[in-house]
Amino acid sequence: MPVFYGLEITSRLMLGTAQYPSPAILAEAFKRSKAGVATVSVRREAGHDRAGQDFWSLIQKLGVTVLPNTAGCHSVREAITTAQMARELFETDWIKLEVIGHADTLQPDPFALVEAAKNLNQEGFKVFPYCTDDLVVCEKLLTAGCRVLMPWGAPIGSGLGLNNPYALRSIRAHFPDVPLVVDAGLGLPSQAAQVMEMGYDAVLLNTAVAKAGDPAIMAEAFAKAVDAGALAHKADPMLPRDMAAPSTPILGKAFL
Amino acid sequence: MKDTFTILGSGVVGLSLAAEFHHRGASVQVIDPNGAPGSHACSWWAGGMLAPECEGVITEEAVVRHGRSAADWWQSNGADLSHKGTVVVALGRDQDELKTFAKRLNNAVWLDRNHLNKLEPHLADHFDHALYIKSEAHLNPRQTLSKLHKRLQRFGVAFSDKQKPSGQIIDCRGLAACDHLKDLRGVKGEMVVVKSAEVILNRPVRLLHPRFPLYIVPRGDGTFMLGATQIESSERKRPTLRSVVELLNAAYALHSAFAEAELLEVGVDARPAFPNNLPCIRRTSKRIYVNGLFRHGFILAPALARMTADLVLEEKQPEDFYEDHR
Repeated sequence: MPVFYGLEITSRLMLGTAQYPSPAILAEAFKRSKAGVATVSVRREAGHDRAGQDFWSLIQKLGVTVLPNTAGCHSVREAITTAQMARELFETDWIKLEVIGHADTLQPDPFALVEAAKNLNQEGFKVFPYCTDDLVVCEKLLTAGCRVLMPWGAPIGSGLGLNNPYALRSIRAHFPDVPLVVDAGLGLPSQAAQVMEMGYDAVLLNTAVAKAGDPAIMAEAFAKAVDAGALAHKADPMLPRDMAAPSTPILGKAFL
Repeated sequence: MKDTFTILGSGVVGLSLAAEFHHRGASVQVIDPNGAPGSHACSWWAGGMLAPECEGVITEEAVVRHGRSAADWWQSNGADLSHKGTVVVALGRDQDELKTFAKRLNNAVWLDRNHLNKLEPHLADHFDHALYIKSEAHLNPRQTLSKLHKRLQRFGVAFSDKQKPSGQIIDCRGLAACDHLKDLRGVKGEMVVVKSAEVILNRPVRLLHPRFPLYIVPRGDGTFMLGATQIESSERKRPTLRSVVELLNAAYALHSAFAEAELLEVGVDARPAFPNNLPCIRRTSKRIYVNGLFRHGFILAPALARMTADLVLEEKQPEDFYEDHR
């Protein structure tokens, strides 16, 4: 099972907590999927006087590790302020760092992300940076002190799957010892399996489950796919073979 | 002497219950901090769409089933209803949202541009097709609550801010009842009212969007209610710039002439909700709570009033949304 900043998580599936039809259905999705981590946004919900506390209490009752996030932040300063607020609210130094650079695609701003990560790492946070699949950005985030990387599969909420499998494979190959999570863009369990087959440590998703007709069933489907993909990676899969190009002379057709 | 009942709260639930109890011959008084419906009740800020089919896309079947009787109840209790259905649209790249909505909806028909032009000519300028749910209706929440309040006063129902409760207490205080109901939470909603002489819409319109869904309810005289955000926060004040920008931007995307609309009002409150976002008639040894109507106040208050009256006056257990905590 994945180990993030020294803590072993009980599942390779991490789920977001937004957009569910109700907190009760959200809880059912966690139960059926046995997801080990719940990400939760705080910026918009906090209001004054911890007005989001009722919902956060429901998340804390799920009995999973809570990873607060900085969703909705578009600058280094906003992200740092939100991270500090989250640390106080949830009494955790874990923070999923989102610094959005493009309002429409919600693409992370790699420059602000690295700067915010550096600041937060210096402040003692354990940073989970949501980043693009750029190898160099990943390198800079590690230099900034991050010990986990969370590249996107595709834009948040798009359900497109893995836009650039090559880049994700490349990140895995270059950082064999860094816990890697594909975060965002998944729409189907088969895409989650694909991530795990590449040797990633976990997947994190929200919309694909929350917006399914039956979120709890979809959460379970993702959990099974994640397990299947992880097992497949462990089993050392065969490489595909192009049967169209015969490797030996064909004398007859009996053994084709 | 016949039993007397005290209803706490004069929001949509309290008033509906008072009407139902009165019609059944029970003696009822309403106690409310303001003594009358007003901006302290979250139903004051509601959209007023009686749209059980559309809501059924994201909620349980029981909400749809009970919600279908709401329009008749409101009409028979003096409300001015508009029975023109609902139109649902999505912008170009969000067409899959519309397809998913259609797939999960009962009783919807697809409109092409010609059909849309007959119902909502202003939308036909911008949209090639839409969904139409003919059976749905809408009302003006503030007018409806005020009218029902006056009607009940005429019938002799006492409203007061100070009177001591007497007889059986039925607590319909919405989010204010979170001092008793520990599993009740607030879900913040923000809304905007604008006025436009250019835009003409005849019925509620829903604009589907993965992040910024919007509904627009025509309130007559060129005014439109734009709603509503849904944020997991019990804050009942402080509408934010971001929320207002999102609502206005979505309205502008729906119809560019909204750019010149006049801003009349920005409103905010928090809806009372239980963890399953479904209402509950909860009976304890001391009182009966009717609460947690979430975003379905006007759709579900009539059914809850009927079921609560059945329970209290006839000892008939509600078929849905009931918890006995005695």
